[in-house]
Amino acid sequence: MEQKLEFILNDKNISVHDNPAKTLLDFIRNNEGLKGTKEGCREGDCGACTVLLGEIVSNKLKYKSVNSCLFPVGRVAGKHVVTIEGLNDPKNLTPIQEEFNNEGASQCGFCTPGFVNSLTGYVIENNKLEFHKAENAIAGNICRCTGYSSIKRATDNVVEFINSLNIISNERIKSLVDKNIIPKYFLEIENRLIKLKKNESNDNNSKMLVGGGTDLFVQKAESLLSQEISFSNNYNLNEIKIIGSEIQLGAAVTVEQIKNSEIFIKYFPTLTEQLSLFASLPIRNSATIGGNIVNASPIGDSTSIFLALNSDLIISSKEKKRKIKLSEFYKGYKILDLMNDELVEEIIFELPGSNTKFSFEKVSKRTYLDIASVNSAIKIETENNLIKSVFLSAGGVSPIPLLLKETSNYLTNKFITAQLVLDSINIVHSEISPISDIRGSADYKKLLLSQLIKAHFIKLFPELVDMEVLL
Amino acid sequence: MKNFDAISHIKGKSLYIDDFSLPEGTLHALVFDSKIAHGKILSLNIEKAKLIEGVYAVITAKDIPNENQIGGIILDETLLAENEVHFIGEPIAIVVAKSLEIARKAAKEIEIEFQKLDVIIEPRDAFAKNSLIVPPIIFSSGNVNEAWKECDLVVEGSIDSGAQEHLYLETQGAISIPIEENKIKIISSTQSPTAVQKQASKVLGVPMHQIEVDVLRLGGAFGGKEDQATAWAVMSCLAAKILNKPVKLVLSREDDLRMTGKRHPYSSDYKIGLTKNGKIIAYEVTFYQNAGAVADLSTAVLERTLFHATNSYFIPNVKATGISCKTNLPPNTAFRGFGGPQGMFVIESAIVKAASLLGLSPSEIQKRNLLVDNNSFYYGQVVKNSQAVNSWVKAEEKFNCKLMLEEIQNFNNKNKLYKKGISFMPICFGISFTSSFLNQASALVHVYSDGSVGISTAAVEMGQGVNVKIASVASRIFSINVNKIKVESTNTTRVANTSPTAASSAADMNGNATLIACTTILNRLKNFAKIALSATENDVVTIVDESVLLNNQKIELTWQNLIQKAYFNRISLSAQAFYATPEVHFDRIINQGSPFAYHVYGTAITTATLDVIRGIYKIDSVKIVHDFGESLNKNVDLGQVEGALVQGIGWMTMEEIKYSEEGKLLANALSTYKIPDIYSSPENIEIVFLEKSKNKFGPLNSKAIGEPPLMYGIGAYFAILDAMKSAKPSKKFEISAPITPEKVLVSLHG
Ligand SMILES: Cc1cc2nc3c(=O)[nH]c(=O)nc-3n(C[C@H](O)[C@H](O)[C@H](O)COP(=O)(O)OP(=O)(O)OC[C@H]3O[C@@H](n4cnc5c(N)ncnc54)[C@H](O)[C@@H]3O)c2cc1C
Ligand code: FES
Ligand code: FES
Repeated sequence: MEQKLEFILNDKNISVHDNPAKTLLDFIRNNEGLKGTKEGCREGDCGACTVLLGEIVSNKLKYKSVNSCLFPVGRVAGKHVVTIEGLNDPKNLTPIQEEFNNEGASQCGFCTPGFVNSLTGYVIENNKLEFHKAENAIAGNICRCTGYSSIKRATDNVVEFINSLNIISNERIKSLVDKNIIPKYFLEIENRLIKLKKNESNDNNSKMLVGGGTDLFVQKAESLLSQEISFSNNYNLNEIKIIGSEIQLGAAVTVEQIKNSEIFIKYFPTLTEQLSLFASLPIRNSATIGGNIVNASPIGDSTSIFLALNSDLIISSKEKKRKIKLSEFYKGYKILDLMNDELVEEIIFELPGSNTKFSFEKVSKRTYLDIASVNSAIKIETENNLIKSVFLSAGGVSPIPLLLKETSNYLTNKFITAQLVLDSINIVHSEISPISDIRGSADYKKLLLSQLIKAHFIKLFPELVDMEVLL
Repeated sequence: MKNFDAISHIKGKSLYIDDFSLPEGTLHALVFDSKIAHGKILSLNIEKAKLIEGVYAVITAKDIPNENQIGGIILDETLLAENEVHFIGEPIAIVVAKSLEIARKAAKEIEIEFQKLDVIIEPRDAFAKNSLIVPPIIFSSGNVNEAWKECDLVVEGSIDSGAQEHLYLETQGAISIPIEENKIKIISSTQSPTAVQKQASKVLGVPMHQIEVDVLRLGGAFGGKEDQATAWAVMSCLAAKILNKPVKLVLSREDDLRMTGKRHPYSSDYKIGLTKNGKIIAYEVTFYQNAGAVADLSTAVLERTLFHATNSYFIPNVKATGISCKTNLPPNTAFRGFGGPQGMFVIESAIVKAASLLGLSPSEIQKRNLLVDNNSFYYGQVVKNSQAVNSWVKAEEKFNCKLMLEEIQNFNNKNKLYKKGISFMPICFGISFTSSFLNQASALVHVYSDGSVGISTAAVEMGQGVNVKIASVASRIFSINVNKIKVESTNTTRVANTSPTAASSAADMNGNATLIACTTILNRLKNFAKIALSATENDVVTIVDESVLLNNQKIELTWQNLIQKAYFNRISLSAQAFYATPEVHFDRIINQGSPFAYHVYGTAITTATLDVIRGIYKIDSVKIVHDFGESLNKNVDLGQVEGALVQGIGWMTMEEIKYSEEGKLLANALSTYKIPDIYSSPENIEIVFLEKSKNKFGPLNSKAIGEPPLMYGIGAYFAILDAMKSAKPSKKFEISAPITPEKVLVSLHG
């Protein structure tokens, strides 16, 4: 199972033979003895294990945060891994660390290296810092001691301080090194990475395919150790593009990529904002759309979104390529129209027209970094208040990610009124079969979906639906 | 001065149990636990597991050399189950192997057969079946039965509050290292080094001096490592003893969540009687506490619930009954507030219900009944130095409460989709262990010949900042820079018979012990200086900022030189001191007494916004006036209030523990058990220090801080409830805590 892996860990070149399915966390702590990266959960939900990952993307060295507990060490080949030890200045605290100290933002200290990594990652990658974005960058880090007030103050100070420095954006890393924000060795990383060989040959479709690993490593990290794995991002499926009247997404596109994509920002501005409700930044940095679709969780977020966008999937094997509707892809709970040797390559959907509106709704126990109790998306095309076409989806109310076909049919060719919304909810209830579980009782999910459908219409057509009727 | 080790935390250099470099040949232990909640063990076969390569031992109850018993208050808790299991997660065997992976593999080979027995999950069911930890405990004063007649309104109701997982970020763990013949050193993540030492000595059958327990720091604890760190430490010690090898045992998050107890859920009935203008005349309450399968600290927790049943209010007639119910859940345990929050939540619920029937706002009733000096708590203690009214009035003024109320009114008049709510939450929390004997602490202070200082006390650092407080006491007594002072790990060979670091009192008691020890050394130094300077009886020697002054005049003698000279003149530069909190006592026959050294007060005003359509909410602001006394360290104390508040909000809002009917924990991972993240912490938290408050029981007039502010979080529940009332004025809401989005939506629209 072992593979040769070459990468840079902090200032050190690593060249080892190891199991590519070993988690980066275990590699860092056990093989390298770097104990500043902590284990708090091994499921991506606490951020104590956060590290930075540097790689050359379009000829530029870019850093992002990832949860090392879910990140296979095989995927860091050719990259730069930064742990807290790699940010430390031998003598002083870095200015970012200094603010954590000033504000008393470290109590028991267990979460702190993770926070410092996340925030430093944000500082490295962004030219004009904003508190709310910095906050979002550390929102995947859980602290049980501080209640976050001191951490917010520290973050605010960091944002202000870094913005006050005269940092040259096209030489950001050099500039940050000059100001002692990050250590000197960062200057050489780009060249050192270029020299590293990447072993990215991947053609064996019978291997276990790993996207971001954010589902796989939560569900079966141990059994992966005894399997051959390959990575979906080695198939050149990382692009978002417009071809004709369609948007095409490679299956290895990450959620964060969508969130920052010019195309999505242009055509789905509210959606890109709402994607901050999807997991946390380090998870979004890893999580792929292909993984979300193939994982087939009934409560996945992007599945709901792409169902409402009436998407097609391009699926390929060595022998052939085929195209099917995403809504036809799910046959039962985690039963898919996908063979073992097949790969999801692309997700394709129509560009929205000028009369098309889109809305996504998600409610979970905790607003951020939580799986939905119920989610729903709608794409609706109208002409003079008449619904021309509509695709309404719902997650968490059936064994599969669900396109509410009958409700969508019912709504088509009707004028939008509050009464229509109420009537459509009756149809919705005949299409769903929620179960009671830890994310809510069946009754709650049914009620919640009704409310989210009301919310779609209140949000999209405030002038057409009488709120009194819907409240 | 920030938290003591903050710099090393921030650099990722601080060590927690999982980070220590291990002695060669260290083995790894994994706990094999019960998969059913109640049953007889019919057979247990470990042979296959033992055969796996790399497995050193599979230890069961049979292998215990002495007593299989680790109960703290009541002797009802085995280390490893023998014939019967009582909850899912109850330890049955310890698998010890070369690596954790091998141990995991081996555990899967253990074969066990059970005969299932009835499972009880709910405390009231346990009560009905007479499954109790101890007989009911009753505290009372006045005569409620007579008093109901004097009331204009008598309301009854029932309310539940849920469990809460501690979710210390560092899971439970310990490393045990055999040292020579019989001695074993345990490095443990515990709040109670002595409890670990005592139980290990009992299980192994060796005197306590053969067990050394060392605690460097904890990655969070919150009460979860007061009693429940013991089992794991003792297990690693037992394995180390049997195999004569170092053994490390660290729980995975999943195991930790499943095997350890939580904050006790309560189900309570109340009856409250008031005059029509809101004066509370009588209060009767029965608490059904869900203790879990064994006593753990449940009885002590229940007592504190009773002590805090009336929160900050004076009520002349009270009867409170506490029933500790034995169920088939992991033993519930200490959690910041120690039963106090559960008690306070009930009286606040009773007040809110009474208010709506009297046509008053809850705050009118709250304010009318606040404790004043020379009132009596219903368990007999006389109220002294009450800051209840003071903090309330100050909060009203400081935060312009009138304007806040107006703004909320305006917002609610204008908006239909969103509604705002507000609540007041006064707190009054007693400081001291209610088991009076625990109110003792010691300190061992060494001044080294270079002038640096090392201090050992019974207090354990777990992020609460006790070390920096102890250092600042020493720094002020000696008048030397804190960077000359090191607070050492907590170690049973340096400080014996330690009380747990709990009850918010570690800084008070260990700070006082440190103060006494430092003063002893200082007096020796001053006497010596007088002799060395050939001063007379009437001359005054002082030390200020590391310089020795004679009659307030600087002389050429620094702290460092003085120490050196003292050393060469054979002056003892070490002192051990003991502190016992004076005046505390409680008579458990009549349930009356003065169990607390003092009380901590404060008032929080909380506002929330409700999304009426979606049933979700946001806590907008929490504004607090808190009685810190003369804070030893404002930075640390502020952090304690902010952290406790958000933990309290979590308990009241999103943190929901559910068990299946079979006793299986459903919220069994961080993906399903949600604690506050950065976005759940209120956007606007304002904390004002109540001025001119002194406290003779705290070192240098300071006050305890750890637990009290958690109870401000209760205000979040009532602020959300208030917003719900604005959304649906005609509805009557009876919602158990936590008030999750699910409960909100179903109550509003269901
Ligand atoms: C802390 C945390 C929070 C989360 N929050 C959310 C959330 O808010 N919303 C949400 O929807 N999800 C959430 N998830 C789930 C998860 O992140 C998403 O489902 C993610 O999109 C999965 O993508 P991945 O690339 O990581 O999948 P992987 O784990 O790599 O793969 C999942 C499955 O897909 C298969 N696969 C991957 N790519 C392909 C391909 N191209 N062709 C065929 N098969 C493929 C894999 O073999 C595997 O079976 C969360 C997960 C974690 C750990
Ligand atoms: S250990 Fe918690 S996110 Fe990785
Ligand atoms: S400081 Fe303890 S978890 Fe953050």
